[in-house]
Amino acid sequence: MKFLCVECDRVMAFAERQIPGDGTLAAVFTCPGCNREMAMLTNPMETQLVSSLGVQIGGRTVPEQPMEMTRSSLQDTRADVFVEQDPAAPPVTRVEWHPEAVDRLGRVPSFVRGMVKRIYTDWAKENGVATMTPEVMDRARSELGLEGM
Amino acid sequence: MRKIRTYGQVEHETGSHILEQVLGQRARIDQRLASIGATIAIVSGKGGVGKSAITANLATALASGGARVGALDADLNGPSLGRMLGVAGKPLVDGDDGVQPVTGAGGVSVMSMDLLQEDDAPLRWRAPDGDGFTWRGLAETGVLREFLSDVAWGELDYLLIDVPPGTDRISRLLDLLPAPSQTLLVTTPAEITRFVVAKSARLLRDAGVAPVGIVANMTAYVDHEGATRPLFEGDGAQALAAETGLEVWAEVPFDPALGTATDRGSPFAIHDDASPAAAAIVALAHRVERQNHGRHA
Repeated sequence: MKFLCVECDRVMAFAERQIPGDGTLAAVFTCPGCNREMAMLTNPMETQLVSSLGVQIGGRTVPEQPMEMTRSSLQDTRADVFVEQDPAAPPVTRVEWHPEAVDRLGRVPSFVRGMVKRIYTDWAKENGVATMTPEVMDRARSELGLEGM
Repeated sequence: MRKIRTYGQVEHETGSHILEQVLGQRARIDQRLASIGATIAIVSGKGGVGKSAITANLATALASGGARVGALDADLNGPSLGRMLGVAGKPLVDGDDGVQPVTGAGGVSVMSMDLLQEDDAPLRWRAPDGDGFTWRGLAETGVLREFLSDVAWGELDYLLIDVPPGTDRISRLLDLLPAPSQTLLVTTPAEITRFVVAKSARLLRDAGVAPVGIVANMTAYVDHEGATRPLFEGDGAQALAAETGLEVWAEVPFDPALGTATDRGSPFAIHDDASPAAAAIVALAHRVERQNHGRHA
């Protein structure tokens, strides 16, 4: 969408965006030749169309947040659906295996042992657990539905 | 009459860069998928054929073979993958690289509307009443786009995408992901299912999507003693294969234990390898692996 100042035959430049209410989106454009201003007003349906496209009239002034459209448009979301990564808890990059956990892992058939170890290790990293113990394995097994592994 | 220039003749941008914003969305999908070995669309066109159960069980079967697997529930109106993979209601963590998927059964990374909405909430939008027909499809496509591009899938060998019923939903996925590495077309022996799924087969063929394999679900009934009995008369899946030239990659009998296990959030493909249904899904996983050999992330 472009706005052309017919008088000057120049494209009007985006100047300002407002949401004045009633579902209206107002975008103000200015002619760089004669400084004439015009406001484009969208009705609520048109505003929703733009929002559903996930674009911003006038361009983005701040970086897009992940899943921005979903967050801003979806109704009936869970109260605690998005949580911040806990900055106080440094990410666990290496998981130590306690000898008892190693012993238990040894009872897993050898042809799947590597895969099972990786699943437990990934779970521990995701949950900030630095040492794998039989108790941690029980928690992981329960959460991951790995009964029997 | 004054001569006014056309849109194309006016080169100066107004500052909105709408086209660049849309192209940027597409680029983010490509960037995210670059770290994924293979994308596998599980489609049918028909509802109630067991796409989600096949997806959940196939995902865990692949993961149990050591693969890194993600499962994206594209069924926004009737999400079930979160529940089937045991993660419904778990919070989503905002990470540096996007929203982190939740780890479900068998270590599968999951994203589903199950995780976002209250249990009994229908899919609704913060929007004015009455004009939904004009923008609802756009909004749903937007969510699917964000599930693909804004979820920190990380390095995966396989991303399975459970596509809801309706050929239009297959088209919607192909708009965002024109060339899935593999497409599994789920059907049943019922003639009415064959009739509907044939439309999806034609849609995929016309879109140039390949390879496509038929997964014949509920081909028989496994009773509580493990005996296999016919469930439907006729064989719509084989008829579909003959009609379309597509190959049947798996025949999965109906097993009540499969339903029970997936309801519990613990797909049984990894627990009950004695079951003919589990064996069929594991065999399908091996077929998928062979087909994608060398594509691992």
